[in-house]
Order: sequence, then structure tokens, then C-alpha cells
Amino acid sequence: MATTAHTIDPGDLPRAMLDIATSLNDWVIILPIVLCLMGGAFLLLVREWRGAQLGLTLVFLAAIAALEAQLFVRVLTDGPIAMTMGNWLPPFGITFAVDVLGAGFALAATIATIVVVISYSADTMQREVRYGFYSLIMLLLAGVTGAFLTGDLFNLYVWFEVMLIASFGLMIIGGRKIQLDGAVKYGFLNFLATTFFLIGLGYLYGLIGTLNMADIARVASQTNSPAMIAVAGLFLLAFGMKAAAFPLNAWLPASYHTPDAAISALFGGLLTKVGAYALLRTMVLMMPAAREVLDPVITTIAVATLLLGPMGAMAQTNLRRAVGFIVIGGIGSVMAGIAISGLFGVAGGGLYAIHSMLTMTALYLVAGMIEQVTGTDDIRRMGGIYRASSGLSILFLVLVFASAGLPPFLGFWPKLLLLQGALLDNDGLLVAAILINSLFTSIAGARIWAHVFWRNGREGEAPNAINPDLKPVAAAVKRPTIFASAVLVALILFLGLRPNILLESAQIAAVGLVHPDRYTAAVNLEVPDK
Amino acid sequence: MKTVIFRTIAPSLAAIMLVFSVFVLLRGHNEPGGGFIGGLIAASAIAIYGIAAGVDEVRSAIRVRPLNIAAFGVFIAGLSGLLSLSQHVPYLTGLWTFFSVGAGEVAISTPMVFDIGVYLVVLGTVSAVALALEETEDDHA
Repeated sequence: MATTAHTIDPGDLPRAMLDIATSLNDWVIILPIVLCLMGGAFLLLVREWRGAQLGLTLVFLAAIAALEAQLFVRVLTDGPIAMTMGNWLPPFGITFAVDVLGAGFALAATIATIVVVISYSADTMQREVRYGFYSLIMLLLAGVTGAFLTGDLFNLYVWFEVMLIASFGLMIIGGRKIQLDGAVKYGFLNFLATTFFLIGLGYLYGLIGTLNMADIARVASQTNSPAMIAVAGLFLLAFGMKAAAFPLNAWLPASYHTPDAAISALFGGLLTKVGAYALLRTMVLMMPAAREVLDPVITTIAVATLLLGPMGAMAQTNLRRAVGFIVIGGIGSVMAGIAISGLFGVAGGGLYAIHSMLTMTALYLVAGMIEQVTGTDDIRRMGGIYRASSGLSILFLVLVFASAGLPPFLGFWPKLLLLQGALLDNDGLLVAAILINSLFTSIAGARIWAHVFWRNGREGEAPNAINPDLKPVAAAVKRPTIFASAVLVALILFLGLRPNILLESAQIAAVGLVHPDRYTAAVNLEVPDK
Repeated sequence: MKTVIFRTIAPSLAAIMLVFSVFVLLRGHNEPGGGFIGGLIAASAIAIYGIAAGVDEVRSAIRVRPLNIAAFGVFIAGLSGLLSLSQHVPYLTGLWTFFSVGAGEVAISTPMVFDIGVYLVVLGTVSAVALALEETEDDHA
């Protein structure tokens, strides 16, 4: 057979690359993630230069926060923006598409990370720094930020893995037995969740041949065939597990209290919220028709999580385990937002997740300070701090009220939106569950407060016996920890008193998710002529 | 694994594997190969040399810590994507330049730099794991 060289006229080939010039301003989409990754690698390279690790980390984090703030303001005013890696034509290239929801989550995550790094700065042991503590923090942030900014479902899976590996490293970096125990439970269930996610991805690609989020929203948002519902169900299972929604929540209280308090704070603030974010993205933006069918399931999960989270917190005697259950209760609120969907539901759920990132980080940090002051993690043996330090008790009480959603703290506003949405839907069950969740969270918080602060001494001792284990706050807790937690609590208080900017952003974010026209337009999809 | 035959052959074997890994890395853009498989071959070379000559000898021979190699790999992979900043194209867009050397033509591109980054990451990570495992075995022996 004669082999002739094929001459191909370039005009005959379908277009493979975008021919729009990328403005330098658009790099703000990808630079936060590149900085996280390259910063993490750089910190690993210079890990023997221990004195500089903290300073370098803070410089990187400040740059990332500045970029994300700029990104947030830009998507708030101009609408979603996108960049497709390697200039390949979407949906084949990997797209990063940023809207108000993603940019807001990314910014809140970076703020929480900065607070945690500052609060931990005085405590980090040399050993942990040598093992790459700060690189792992940067890689964790890379995973979280990547998940918030990506516009491609498979890429979301990749960022989940980055996040999982980094968090696995952070959880066991202290090398204690209980940490290995917690890490096995945490790691196993999260690997299982990503596997379900991957199976769902395979089915979805088989069904519609695309994994680009905007493309899925375009092609499949109105499909509610049994196959699509199965895919949506798999995503619900996988992301629900990641978010620690009932009944897949057991891994969180079993593992989050094992590492140092600052690392718990980082996990409690960031990790579950990535699952919640992925649920908002998939259920509301990509497959609303399938979500409609799954609505009873999501409502059940939301109600159960709302009620069982704070009930678990009431039953705990380990302080940080109790905080873990409060985190789970908060996930119930996000699930309620997804169950309500609509503009109010999405705005409320998204805003609640942002609030939860800041509040839960602060709550874990304050819990860590309480443990340092009392020298124990058992609530029953902590009594008497109110007398020793009223400042600590104020920080704790503000955070309990914020997580219960009592006015005027930050948690109140998203719950108000959720209630409005549920009332519009005439969904009495969700209304009741959201209100009872606030009541139960207050009770759980008040119980801890009574044990730890109000009581004079330890449980089972005479009412006037003073707890001999208490150390003065100034001696037990390092200054940066107090400073960072106080600043974060002040931020939560400030945002609770001046919620306008957050409420407006949440509404824009909700419109962007429920009516994704501008989001899909920003991605520059090549729509075939029919 | 301290047999005379293995200890004699291991250094040459490791050297050949290292050269071959670079060959696999560079042919990888258009033909089977690439940074990942190249890095695996190079890491196997280091593991073999470690089994034959002991971990301490390998560590002093490669001078740089394996994890630093991996970190440097991530760094230059990230950097290769940033080069497209100057051309008004998105992150990671491939940029090519060609040199003619004698009769042939050599292509230098950002995907190649990225691939070298991948090679270093795999080499660094896998050899760090392999050396750590071999070290524990030495301790027990």
C-alpha cells in the first residue's frame, strides 16, 4: 500500500484553541492557586532555614489574600470571569471560572488560614516546622482555593485529592498515637467519598460527554432522567460525606480533636465547607432538575443534621469533640439552603458557610486556649475560668451565640435568609428544624459555658472549691494566639453588625447560581450549530 | 541483597537507568514516555543503588535531599506556566521555540519545562519513600 503523506488544510480542522487575547487582569483567577502551590514548594525547599518559614508564609498568604480580594471585588461588580488553561477550547481545556460564590469562599478561607498561622506561630515546634508544617498549610490552601475557583468537575476532584493529602499530613504531623487513629478514620472515609465522586464523574461523562461545569449547566440542567438522578445521588453521597452531613458525619468528631487546636481550627473552618460548596455548585448550578427529584432526601438530611449536630454537642465531655458536633450542625444549615434552593435558600446556605468558616475557626482556637489554660480536654474538669479570665469567656460566648445564629452576631443573617426561604416554600419542617437547631446549639453552648466558666471548680467538688489546675491566661497562652483569635472574633462581630455588604454579595451569588447565564457566557463555550 | 554480583553490577545499572530516564523524559512529548515514567525509572535507579550500597552512600552521592528535588520540580512546573503571562495567553499555554543544530532541529518548549518539573517531582518523592523504607530495613538488620 502506498503511504502518502496526508496534507491537512488547517481550515478543515475544527478550531482547537481560543483566539481571544487574555488580559493581564484575568490572571487574578489563577495566581492565588499558583502562589499557593509554588509558595508551598518554595517553603519546602528552604525548610532548613527555619527562622524564615513563618515570615515567608505570611508574605505568601498576604499576597494571596490581596489577589483574592481584588478578584472578589471584580466578580461582584463585573460578573463571573473565566480562564481556560493552555488556551484550549472549553469544554476540552480545564476551565477556571470564578463567580461571587467561589471568590467569596476563597477569600474567607485565606483569611481563616492567616488567622490560624498567626495564632500558631508561637507554638509551632521545631520538629513540625522541619517536617514541612508551613508547606502543608500552603498545599491545603491550594486544594481548598482550587476547589472554589475551578470550573471543571474533574479538576474539582484533583483539588479534593490535593486537600486530602495535605490535611492527612497536617493531622499526623505531631506523631501521637491518637492522631494516627483519627487520621485512619478521617483518611478512609474521605478516600471513600472521593471514590464515589469519581464513579459519579465517570457516569456523568458517559451520559453527557462533558465535565465542564458551565457546559453541564447548559446541557443537563433540565434533565431528570433516572441516570442523571443516580449521578446527582452519587454526588450527594460523596459531598455529603465530605461535608460531614448526617448520617455520614461520624468521622469528623472522631478525628478533628486529635491534632493541635490550630490545625483543628483550620480543618473545622475549611474542609467541610469545601463539601458544602461542591454541593451548592452541583445541585443548584449544574443539575437543578435532578435536585428537584432528590429534594425529599436532601430535606431529610438537612433536618437530621440540623438536629443531631447540636444534640451530639450536648452529650460530649471532650471540648473539641463538642465543637466538632457544632460544626456538623452548621453543615445542616447549608444543607437546608440546598433543600430550599431558590434565591433565599442559596443565599442563606452560601452565607452560612462563609460565617461557619470564620466562626468555627475561631471557636476551635478559643477551645484550644481553654485547654491550655485548664491543662485538660475534659469539660467536667475545666471549671472556674470566668474568675481567672473574663476575656476568654466573652470570646467563647460570642462564638456560641454566633454559631447558634442569635442576633446581632454573624450567624443570624444567613439563618434569617434560610427561614425566609423556607417560609416562602411553606416548608414547616425545615422552619422548625432551623429554629430548633438554634435553640439546641444555644443549649449545648450554654452547657459548656456553665461547666467551663460559670462553675467555680471541677465537677463533683464542693461549690466553693477552686480549681487548682487553672493557669493564668497570660502564662498559659502565647500572645499571638490571643491576638489572632480576638481579631477574628472582632471581625465576626463587625460583620454581624454591618452585614449589608455580605447580604448583597450573597444575593448576587445566589442569582449567579440559580440563573447561570452569565456564568456560562463567561466560559466562552463553543456551542455547536444545530 | 549483599551478593557480590549485585553489588558489582548495581552502580553501572543505576547509571544506565539514569541516562535512560532522561531519554524517556525527552522523547515523551510526541512518543511514549514523559516526565512521570522517566522519574519512576530514575527513582528505581536510586532505589537499586540504595539496596546495593546502603542508604547513607546514596544520600551522600545525590547531595541534594530527595524532597528538595521534588519541591524544586513543583516550583519549575509552576514557573513554566507563568511564562505565558508575557504572551497574552492563559496559564500553561504551550510556547515553542526552535533551534537548528547541524542538520536537525531542536524544539524547546514550556511543556518540556513542565515535564522536567514532573520528572523531578516523581524522582524526588519516590526516592524519598524508597530511601526511607530501605533505611528502616537497615536498622532492623
